[in-house]
Amino acid sequence: MIDFQAIFDTTNHFLLKYLGLSVFKSLVLVGITLLHVAYTTYAERKIIGHMQQRLGPNRVGPRGLLQPIADVLKLIHKEDIIPSCVDSPGVFKLAPFISLVAGATSLSVIPIWEHFVITNVNIGLLVVLAMSSLSSFGVILAGWASNSRYSFLGGLRASAQVISYEIAMALALVGVMMLAGSMNLVDIVKAQISSPYKVYLIPQIIGFFVFMVAAIAETNRTPFDLPEAESELVAGYFVEYSGIRFALFYLAEYFGMIVMCMLAVVCFLGGWYGPFEVPGVPFFWFLVKLYFLIFFYIWVRATLPRYRYDQLMGLGWKVLIPLSLLNIAITGLIKILV
Amino acid sequence: MEGLLPKLVFVYLGIALVATSLLVVTNKNAVHAVLWMLVMFLHQAVLFIMLDAEFLAAVQIIVYAGAVLVLFLFVVYMINLRTELRINNFTVVWPGALLVSVALLLLSVQAIKTFKPAPPVGDMTTEKIIKVGHAKLLGKALFTEHVLSFEAVGVLLLVAVLGAVVLTRRIRLKGEGV
Repeated sequence: MIDFQAIFDTTNHFLLKYLGLSVFKSLVLVGITLLHVAYTTYAERKIIGHMQQRLGPNRVGPRGLLQPIADVLKLIHKEDIIPSCVDSPGVFKLAPFISLVAGATSLSVIPIWEHFVITNVNIGLLVVLAMSSLSSFGVILAGWASNSRYSFLGGLRASAQVISYEIAMALALVGVMMLAGSMNLVDIVKAQISSPYKVYLIPQIIGFFVFMVAAIAETNRTPFDLPEAESELVAGYFVEYSGIRFALFYLAEYFGMIVMCMLAVVCFLGGWYGPFEVPGVPFFWFLVKLYFLIFFYIWVRATLPRYRYDQLMGLGWKVLIPLSLLNIAITGLIKILV
Repeated sequence: MEGLLPKLVFVYLGIALVATSLLVVTNKNAVHAVLWMLVMFLHQAVLFIMLDAEFLAAVQIIVYAGAVLVLFLFVVYMINLRTELRINNFTVVWPGALLVSVALLLLSVQAIKTFKPAPPVGDMTTEKIIKVGHAKLLGKALFTEHVLSFEAVGVLLLVAVLGAVVLTRRIRLKGEGV
């Protein structure tokens, strides 16, 4: 059994002493998340393959396990084409980075376990919301800068969709804030464990439902992937991107998905706590819950067909927002009565 | 704000804020102007963080950068301002505008000369803000002391929402069906 905590503490102490920064923590977290992103794409292709009676990738390496690495190498080697009539090349080049940086910054406030959070800020929940709303800029600007009809339509759809679903998502999280009495993510996890329900999934079941639906829409995944609907818009906002810039968009999408799943684990499923402690691996339960939610995301993609645009807007404004408001009222009642 | 580093950061923020605001108003390309405004809002958020107002910083990014600017971009998209617009109506009066600006500058310099920070209102002292947290104190003050103005603002916003709905709804004549 390896004592992760001891190794981690010594290395971090060393780096803090000589560099004054928790560079190590950040690098570890970003590195691990990048690996997760790579293998989430593999898992997605494999799982959807099996759900559709296919094999999925199985050529590169044993059972196709090296497929994500081959994909990354291929994308890095490809020529980076910038169309000649893009509207301002600066914005065109900047757009994928905005998406990716906004997605990755959220990682810095999410606690993996009690002693592993890069910056434990008091308004952690708001930081994640702010970053997820900023990441939409990448999509919108990519759509505008490409100067292509498909991209433009994708960008337009993305801006409307993200604004509508952001409200529902933030309102769904208000219930969690009210129950925990804090916006600090570590405090939220601790408040969950000390509450009689152990996880906020039980008193916040409506909030959890609204949050998951809004998170899928926020990250532009099926069944809400209208900004990149391949049957209508080819690939939506990133039609004109190729090579490494295309890869950055892909990365940003999966980063967003993983961050949303982490946030759901922290806010609704009790974070790193589990029914029993696994010695040596304090983040075991966090990972189990995270993998389940990622599987859920993939499962939804394989199961549900894409929404029509007016249905999407109707669902956001007429169903999810009233539901989350109702959830806030119910949570207030629980707070008063219990 | 003691020490050299906060002062340097403040100077940088001040210069960046003024420069980006100028870029916003002088840019001919509407989308670029909105982008510079995004940069300006981010600097403003950092300024709020420097003043220990982390809640305001987050709200600044969520509301202004995340929602209002996206709506701006949406509108710019809709009217499709790709070509550069040259409207002289607003630029011919620049001498008058300059005069007003200089006068305002002089006025603010005079005002700043005798400026002293206001004493904390009620129990909102700096120590308490750092101890309890900005969001908690602000929420408490908003829902107890200032509840009437809070409600009034809520009603005002509701009126604005209803107004927008009424303006955009097509007027249906009788017999045209629902």
